[in-house]
Amino acid sequence: MKIEMTGAQAVSYSMMQINPEVVSAFPITPQTDVIKEYAQYVKDGKVTSEFILTESEHSALSVLVGASSAGVRAMTTTSSAGLAYMFEILGIASGQRLPIVMNVVNRALSGPINIHCDHSDSMACRDSGWIQLYSENAQEAYDQTILGLKLAEKMNIPVMVMQDGFICSHCFQNMEVLKDTEVKKFVGTFKPEYSLFDFKKSVTFGPLELTDSYFETKKQLSLAMDEVPKEYNKISEEYYKLTKRKYAPVEDYKAKDADYVIVALNSVCGLVKDCVDELRIKGIKAGLLKIRMFRPFPYNAIIKPLANAKWITVLDRSESFGANAPVYSEILSTMKAKDKIVTSSIYGLGGREIMKEHIMEIFDDMIKPKGKNLRFINSK
Amino acid sequence: MKKLTSKEMPIGGVIDEKASSLEYKTGAWKSYKPIRDKKKCINCLLCAVYCPENCIKVKEGKVQDADLSYCKGCGICATECPVKAIEMKKLEECDL
Repeated sequence: MKIEMTGAQAVSYSMMQINPEVVSAFPITPQTDVIKEYAQYVKDGKVTSEFILTESEHSALSVLVGASSAGVRAMTTTSSAGLAYMFEILGIASGQRLPIVMNVVNRALSGPINIHCDHSDSMACRDSGWIQLYSENAQEAYDQTILGLKLAEKMNIPVMVMQDGFICSHCFQNMEVLKDTEVKKFVGTFKPEYSLFDFKKSVTFGPLELTDSYFETKKQLSLAMDEVPKEYNKISEEYYKLTKRKYAPVEDYKAKDADYVIVALNSVCGLVKDCVDELRIKGIKAGLLKIRMFRPFPYNAIIKPLANAKWITVLDRSESFGANAPVYSEILSTMKAKDKIVTSSIYGLGGREIMKEHIMEIFDDMIKPKGKNLRFINSK
Repeated sequence: MKKLTSKEMPIGGVIDEKASSLEYKTGAWKSYKPIRDKKKCINCLLCAVYCPENCIKVKEGKVQDADLSYCKGCGICATECPVKAIEMKKLEECDL
């Protein structure tokens, strides 16, 4: 079914179709629209979820740790400072291998306080043991929430689905949604291996683990993460049969034969695709490699699309102050070994505009290097 | 206590057997050991009540020799004893 929705409405719609037993959240801009829509679904009786508005994000995710341990589906949504406030519980959710799904609407971290988009919030959580899926638009955010839930439950690893605050979350986009029955059939029923409500097999969740076993629990998570790209592909294959929309950990947009490639994630990819198309008409082999799955990082999947590139520029919408930016760091570590030129450009911090002229400037400098300093894009 | 490998352990730190904490002898943590002077003891049982690990057993209203498998050497028993019958002695000075 074709429909017009904002990114926030789209993920709220997917949550409604999944109808998890527990949804707990605390409102924060720009995530507010997700939870506002969901509250309406609760009020209208479209979902049967236990909807718990807590006094903080720390509590919201704690509620879900309890719910998920009790063996039910549990989802939340947040942004920026809210995600930062959840940080302690992120590690508990992944450490206890609870398949919680969270929609993150990317917003800059304070300070200075700012409500607009960048990826400093979710990138700061990249080592928290959660699977991270980034979405270019409302369609991808919707699809990856449904895919992500199935992936989480298959791997027993929590999933974060990202979309850009305001740019994606508040802009109406044409997209397709599945029927409620199709989503229900696709996600199936959740049958956890252990549950606090399984009285025939009583277990202890979240015990103390010191020097003799903590390491093994973390090793299990690390080894399980290695299997995630393979499982993501299996689930996306199943999803493709249903939707004819193909998902892979990375999207190769004319990158395979390209001389000049931009690597990026989330909404800017739409803009880069436009620029790539324009350059291709002029006969310049430009391309984009879009990263969907950032954790675990699909190292094997990026090698082929970048194999022919003469120059790769990595766009990051977050900083790792005094070190290589998050996406750049991953691409550099893989492609430097292949003797590629890999450069970094930081853009859009705190919602700073990124326009076609800026992307073109980056491509131009790869095509005919003029020694311009493009470390920070559109920054005075 | 049997040490499990990452393949043998249930995921996420779940403990799927009952009362496994009994095998976890926390008494190994202590650096001070409570020594009770039976002559001074008036069997008021305060030590047994206050012991957070329930190490001090009582039989027919009398304090028995403590099972120190779980005694972390916190010294609460010695602090609470009204007649100072319990002395916390450095482990290396004790006859083990």
